[in-house]
Amino acid sequence: MAREIEQSRPIPVAQPAHRARGQRRLRAGLPWLHWSTGYFYLLPALIVYGVFALLPMADTLRASFTQWDGLNPPVYVGLDNYASMLQDPAFLTALAHNLYFIIFSSVLPILIALVVTSLLTRRRLPGMTFFQTALFLPQIIPITVVGVVWTWILNPAFGPVAEILRAFGLSSRPWLGDFDLARPVIGLIVTWMTYGLCLVLFLAGVQRIDTDLFDAAEIDGANEFRQFMVVTLPGIRNELGVALVITMIEALRLFGLIFVTTQGGPGKETYVIAFQLYQVAFIETQVGYGAAIAVVLTLLIVGLSSSVLWLHRRVMGDW
Amino acid sequence: MNIWKPRYRSRTILAYVVLGLCTTIALAPLLLIVLTAFKTEKELTLSVFSLPAAFRLDNFAEAWERGKFSLYFRNSLIVVAPTVVISVVFSVMGGYAFGLLKPPGQRALFLLFLIGVAVPFEAAIVPLYYRLRTFGMINNFWGLILPQAALSIAFGVFWMRAAFLAVPPELVEAAVIDGAGTWTSLRKVLVPLVMPSVLTLIVLLSVWTWNEFLLVLVLAPSDQYRTLPVGLAFFRNSRTASVTLQAAGSLIVALPMVVLFTIFQRQFIRGMTSGAVRG
Repeated sequence: MAREIEQSRPIPVAQPAHRARGQRRLRAGLPWLHWSTGYFYLLPALIVYGVFALLPMADTLRASFTQWDGLNPPVYVGLDNYASMLQDPAFLTALAHNLYFIIFSSVLPILIALVVTSLLTRRRLPGMTFFQTALFLPQIIPITVVGVVWTWILNPAFGPVAEILRAFGLSSRPWLGDFDLARPVIGLIVTWMTYGLCLVLFLAGVQRIDTDLFDAAEIDGANEFRQFMVVTLPGIRNELGVALVITMIEALRLFGLIFVTTQGGPGKETYVIAFQLYQVAFIETQVGYGAAIAVVLTLLIVGLSSSVLWLHRRVMGDW
Repeated sequence: MNIWKPRYRSRTILAYVVLGLCTTIALAPLLLIVLTAFKTEKELTLSVFSLPAAFRLDNFAEAWERGKFSLYFRNSLIVVAPTVVISVVFSVMGGYAFGLLKPPGQRALFLLFLIGVAVPFEAAIVPLYYRLRTFGMINNFWGLILPQAALSIAFGVFWMRAAFLAVPPELVEAAVIDGAGTWTSLRKVLVPLVMPSVLTLIVLLSVWTWNEFLLVLVLAPSDQYRTLPVGLAFFRNSRTASVTLQAAGSLIVALPMVVLFTIFQRQFIRGMTSGAVRG
C-alpha cells in the first residue's frame, strides 16, 4: 500500500498550477503535499485503535443503560444501573476504599519523597543512577509478583516479618487476614510501590533547578529549610503534579494486587471498584451493571486527574 | 559544591544514609525472594534470611516444567512481540501524519487519540470480552494482541507526534526534492532522526504489555493462553506451589523486564513521567 502512495504522488514541481489553486481549502501541513497523503499514514493506527479501543469504549457507555446477562438481548433500563449504584453498599464501600488508598499511594509517598529530597537538594551524589534504578524497581515488577512477594513476607506462620517478630519474642498477626489491619497493610504495600517513583521524579526535577537560585537565596540569608520552600519546591512543581496524577490513578485502578493477596477480604475490608467491576461483569455476568461501574471508574480517573492538573496550573502557575 | 568539604560532610553522610535506607526498603523484599528462589524447602524453614547453601537451579527447572512457566513464557512472547511491533509501526506512521504531514481535520482526529491516552483499559474491557466472544476471539492470541495494540497506539501516536513536531519540515521537503516519496523519506531520513523516541516507545510498550494483568485475566480464561503474570497468579493458588517454587516463578516473570529496564532506565523514566498514564 505504502509503495502505491509513494508512486501516485506527483513531485511538487510537476504539480499543475490550476490543481493547486482548486485545492486551496484542503491543505496539508507541508504546502507542496497532496492534502490526503496524511490519511494513508493514519489509517492503520485509526483502524486498530477505533475497532479495539474506541468502539468498545462507546459500547461500555451504551451497555451501561441496559440490563444484560451477556447471552439474551439486552434490555434498555435508562439510568437504573447508576441509580442502584448509589444505593449499592458494595459499590460505596469499594469507592470509599479507593479514596482511602489514595492516602497511601499519593499523600504518604509524596511526603516521604519531599523530606528525602529536602535532604539531598544541591548534592550531586555519586552513585545516583544505582539509587534511581533500585528505587524505581517496584514500578517495573509485575503486580502479581508484588502480590506473591508480599503475601509471603507477611505470612504469619513462616514469613520474614513473622521471623523478625519471633526473634524479639513477639507473635505475628495474620496481617492480610485481619479485619483491622488488612486495609492499612495493603495501603503500605501500595506506598512501597509508589514512593520510589515520587522520589526519582523529584530528584530529577531538582537537577534541573538553576544553582544560582540557591546561591542567591543563601546570600539573602535563607537557611536550608527556607531554601527548600522558596527554591526547591517551586522548582519541582511539574514533577509534583505528575507524581500526584500517576499515583492517584494507581490507587483508583488497584486490582491485580487485591486479586492476588486478599480477593477483597477479609469480609469487604480491601474491596475496591475494579475488583467489583471484575466480579459483577464477568463472574456474576450482570454486564449492564458492570459497564455502569466501568463508566463511573473511568470518569473518576479522568475527572480526578484532570482536576488535579487544572488545580495545579491555577496554584502553581504555568507548566 | 564539593560535597565532601568539612562544611557539607555531615549533611552528605546523612543524605547517603537516608537514600540508602529508602533503597533498602525498595530492594529488600525483592532480594529476599531472589534468595528464596535458590533455596530448598528445608533451607527455607530453617531461616528466611540465610543465604542458600548453593545456587541450585532446581526450583527454576521445576517451575519451568511442572509449573508450566515454559508455556506462559512462550505465550508472553507470542503476545508481547506482535503487540509491540504493530503498535510501534502504526504509531510512527500516525505520529508522522500528525506531526509533519498534517492532513486537514488533524486536530479533531488527534483528540480522538487523546481519549485513548487518558482513559484506562477498564473503560473498554466489558464489551471487549462479550464482543470478542461472539467472534470466537476469547482464548485466542489475536484477541490479546489487538486490544493491547489499540491502547498502545493511542499513547504511541501521542508520543511520536511530539517527536515529529520537533523535526524541521524542511528536512522532508529536501528529501522529497531529492526524489524520495513521503514513505522513503520517513524510512530513510526521519526514523533514524527520531530513533531515541522510538526506542523509548519500544521499551515502555514492552514493559506495559509484558506486565498486563486484567486484560489477559479476562480475555484468556483458559490456562493454555495465559501470559506470565496471570499464570503466576493461578500457579500460586495451586497445591503444588511451595514458596520456593513461587519465588522461582516470580523471578521468571519479573526478570526479563527488570533487565530491560536496567539497560534503558533513563528512557523509561523519561517516558513514563511525560504524562503517560497507560500501564
